[in-house]
Amino acid sequence: MTFNFDVSYLPQLAGGLVVTLEVTSCCIAIGIVLGILLALGRVYGGRFISIPCSIYIHFFRGTPLLVQLFIVYFGLPNWGIRLSAFASGILALGLNTAAYQAEYFRGAIQAVKAGQMVAARSLGLTRLQAIRHVVLPQALRLVIPPWSNELILMLKYSSIVFSIALYDLMGVGKRIASRHFNYFEVFIVLALLYLALVLLITLGLRWVERRLRVPGLGTAGRGA
Amino acid sequence: MDPLLRVEDIHKRYGTEEVLRGVSFQLDRGQTKVVIGPSGTGKSTLLRCINRLTAPDRGQVWLEDVEVTAPRAKINEIRSQIGFVFQDFNLFTHLTALDNVRLGLVKVKRMGKREATTRAMEELTRVGLKDKAGAYPAHLSGGQQQRVSIARALAMDPKLILFDEPTSALDPELIGEVLNVMAQLAEDGMTMIVVTHEMGFARSVADEIVFMEHGVIVEQGPPEKLFRSPEVARTGEFLRKISELYGAEE
Repeated sequence: MTFNFDVSYLPQLAGGLVVTLEVTSCCIAIGIVLGILLALGRVYGGRFISIPCSIYIHFFRGTPLLVQLFIVYFGLPNWGIRLSAFASGILALGLNTAAYQAEYFRGAIQAVKAGQMVAARSLGLTRLQAIRHVVLPQALRLVIPPWSNELILMLKYSSIVFSIALYDLMGVGKRIASRHFNYFEVFIVLALLYLALVLLITLGLRWVERRLRVPGLGTAGRGA
Repeated sequence: MDPLLRVEDIHKRYGTEEVLRGVSFQLDRGQTKVVIGPSGTGKSTLLRCINRLTAPDRGQVWLEDVEVTAPRAKINEIRSQIGFVFQDFNLFTHLTALDNVRLGLVKVKRMGKREATTRAMEELTRVGLKDKAGAYPAHLSGGQQQRVSIARALAMDPKLILFDEPTSALDPELIGEVLNVMAQLAEDGMTMIVVTHEMGFARSVADEIVFMEHGVIVEQGPPEKLFRSPEVARTGEFLRKISELYGAEE
């Protein structure tokens, strides 16, 4: 039995890889910004801010990602909002991951000792300054390990954008496989490519975590 | 001369428990007041009401001619003039000793980084920790952390400093270094309110001792008077008991 895979597929796959990386990084970026805002809203917002944030989070965590993607791509045009496949993809994935990231950020913010905020306020820092200069720098360090999981998940989930005709790694792979009838070989290669990306991300984030590590904060004691 | 601080009829209730039931006192410039009393009598709450880290339910606090408790008071500006030293230090975990002292200077006083560094180093030197400027709190002993937190308060050039049981979280052998710094401050003319159980410190440093119980001031006066001839029997009883525990030998 031969492994029916031709190196001539590689340029196409490389193109797909670029799309996958673009979709993942864009949706993660949306998710970080929106996720931090949602988390701050839940922790520090009064009832009128924190409840809407909770509803958002429950909605996006409680419904399938694919359904959300289809609402954005196939549903919004009925309301006159017509987005490209790429824009739809990063919007749906970004809104979704924001909800999950918000919960990680919230946990990390709440893990920062209350006395830190009080001490900052006692110096005369405003609440926003205290959040920005004291709470978030600690919370963002604490969040890296759990947050890494979300990044890895999003890299893998980004493959669903093939269903809205985006030629990411998955989309390109499916096109090649259906043309040459070598699903097994092509998808094994795809799987290995995803695996390699996940490993790279894992190593990269570990490096970041070590670089930003501060003694006495969270996992800092580990192995020290 | 007008007092630096006036506290008038402060009340604070948590749920059904009234922690402060009408506390009033005044503090002159350069004075050190030591607040003593059994735990749970509202001493810490009183300190926190002074710079509104806790909002009092009733009563007024005046810092010179500014009403701290006024709804429109510029509270952040006021807080920057009132140092606060916490029982468990509360140094910013992610910042070095130097950056802990510098943060308020840069962010609240809008000082340039260079000037802030010079100012912060002065205060770290004053508390004897110049060589620890680059250390993170986790690498400092409790006594060193508390001294950094005093430097952090001092750097803001506060009009007064509030100390909330500054040595209660320390190992006994580290208490002295913190009390020494505080005694020196009092000598240098800093205005301070100190909540503490350290009777030796109270006796030798305080201009006035305030004895609180059940949310009210039971008695206040110069240390000699309170220790030798208190007017209220309960004051003498408490002082004897606490002195046995913590020692008030001269």
